[in-house]
Amino acid sequence: MSKAATTEPSKFRQTLEDANLQLAVYTATGRLMEKRREAVAADVLPEYQELRTQAHEIKKHTLDNLDYYLELFEEHVTAHGGKVVYCKDGSEVADFVLRLAKERGARLIVKSKSMTTEEIDLNERLAHHQLESVETDLGEYILQLAHQRPYHIVAPALHLTRYDVANIFTEKLGVENETVIEKQTMIARGVLRQKFLQADIGISGANFLVADSGAVVIVENEGNARLTTSAPRIHIAVAGMEKMIARAQDLPVFLKLLGRSATGQPLTVYTSFLSGPRREGEVDGPEEFYVVLLDNGRTRLLADREKRQSLYCIRCGACLNHCPVYRKVGGHNYPWVYSGPIGAVITPQYMGVGKDPWLPFASSLCGACYEVCPVKINIPKLLLDLRSEVTKFKAKERGGWAERMVFRLWAWVMRHPRIYEMMGSMAAAFFPEGEKPGWLRSVPSFMNIGPLKGWLSQRDLPRPASKSFRQHWRSRRKGGR
Amino acid sequence: MPREKILHKVRTALGRSSGQPPAAPPPVRLRIPDVPLDARIESFICALNKLNGKTCVAHSPQEVLDYAAQLCEGKRVVASNSPVLRECGIVELPNVRSNYTDADKLREACAAADIGITSADYALGDTGSLVIIASPREARLISLLPPVHLAIVPRSRILTGLDELFTLLPNPAEQTSSMVLITGPSRTADIEQILVRGVHGPREIHVVVL
Repeated sequence: MSKAATTEPSKFRQTLEDANLQLAVYTATGRLMEKRREAVAADVLPEYQELRTQAHEIKKHTLDNLDYYLELFEEHVTAHGGKVVYCKDGSEVADFVLRLAKERGARLIVKSKSMTTEEIDLNERLAHHQLESVETDLGEYILQLAHQRPYHIVAPALHLTRYDVANIFTEKLGVENETVIEKQTMIARGVLRQKFLQADIGISGANFLVADSGAVVIVENEGNARLTTSAPRIHIAVAGMEKMIARAQDLPVFLKLLGRSATGQPLTVYTSFLSGPRREGEVDGPEEFYVVLLDNGRTRLLADREKRQSLYCIRCGACLNHCPVYRKVGGHNYPWVYSGPIGAVITPQYMGVGKDPWLPFASSLCGACYEVCPVKINIPKLLLDLRSEVTKFKAKERGGWAERMVFRLWAWVMRHPRIYEMMGSMAAAFFPEGEKPGWLRSVPSFMNIGPLKGWLSQRDLPRPASKSFRQHWRSRRKGGR
Repeated sequence: MPREKILHKVRTALGRSSGQPPAAPPPVRLRIPDVPLDARIESFICALNKLNGKTCVAHSPQEVLDYAAQLCEGKRVVASNSPVLRECGIVELPNVRSNYTDADKLREACAAADIGITSADYALGDTGSLVIIASPREARLISLLPPVHLAIVPRSRILTGLDELFTLLPNPAEQTSSMVLITGPSRTADIEQILVRGVHGPREIHVVVL
């Protein structure tokens, strides 16, 4: 299965050479950028910067006191007749769902979109025990049929065309080849409508957990999350515990930012504020309500005062859309379900910096992610911190010595201008500026060894100028040219 | 117990002790602009129209009934138990079924219906949203399963926006298990970012302001 695949350089090249995919990702992210820009423009939302600061402050406060708010949340959920379940990892979540399903005789689960359940491969874990769990968000449903993981936090099937979808539907659902998007959508509606009406359990994620209300807040456009949480007898919300915010009155700040940052919508079509099972007198809604609070490494992130802010993320996807690296390499070349800048920040913290040491370096540090982040996570700063951690880790593992030597040598040369200049003129003599200035295109064989070889396989060197800047400078000061 | 273990890990990570009160939270930020009722209504209509919602301002219960009767002609319709709908005479229309108190029967009826009619507890002027609070009067599925949703909103219930809503309802959980904000018809753009309406929820939304 493609889900656990680690990233190899050949996959990057494949993505870069796939012209259709490049166009699809570039167009889609570009459109999302444009929509966000319009939605937060100063004449439309003058309070935008103020909202970002407030959102950051609320997240900071809530996470700095998370133990208090977890208990407060639990108290309210319990008071409303629901139950909070703490799980340390994915297998505990699966065990809980399986046990409950067995006790209640449940056979079918409908699921609404949740990155947290992707993170713990919940569907696969349940399928392993013959419990069917159907994704109901259109994009997620297509991906589940195709056995792929989400390409993007907000637009999971961003990389697929209508023709891909037609093939997937024909193969998996046995329907006629249908390439009209509206009709494809209606095919999915028809299949999933039956699932909604038959399902015994609905599993959702949560965009926010509201401590002073014991409420789960879910935003969506399709209505599948509403159906998931309303139609079946049992609702289970699975959420990372960092989704907590202190008060219901903090919600407007986040709701105003989330839709606008994600898709440019002032509000998504549906915002559900759910607190407990159906109450006395209410006509419909689930009879049982569970909130699964997942750790899965979050307490580790919490312990680092500086990097704790990576838990403020509200999963709007804006940093992906604006990232020059994500826009080229796409979502499937990142090692885990979280891609883009925020993925590069949280993956090493969850998995350990030694697992994919290249990841914090997959950034140009241009700062666009920080600029558009609705909760002001300083992603470039965190990437630099992680780079330093990777370097220290490598040193401890006694790896990367050659790289360290090269940089030590480089630093030494840079501190000795005369030697630097001498080396410059040597290089200029070695590669005389020919008729075609610009790039070397192929490096001489003596440089094509060891760590240099790897480095140069992805990069080219500019041809050294015949006259250096320093030489120019000196002759100018003498009055010549 | 995973609960104690996890809470202990959280406290250790934060350097806090059990039962320690939190620092003072940042002050709540809710700003209610001063917008007269007429402007709120106009803004609501304008925002909802932009989302392809259909709107109508009625000046009497009879006008509401006329709108509903025209829309519902020849259709299977489920209406909520809201007193507003009864006052307008909607529940007496020949093809409208109402007064459901059993969840299974309501679900069956909604799954087979062409139109669902509800009231709205509030509406938001700046975004064109309906706010529906689950109660004996309002169920969840009537605004969700049928492909067309008609909502009747008393004009006095149109607020400026989210900040006013959460000022009036500082904690919605105290009165309901479910509050939903509905902003336009159900939509998706998951395939090639092409907008398709009515993927899981209603493809059409009609709002009559009374």
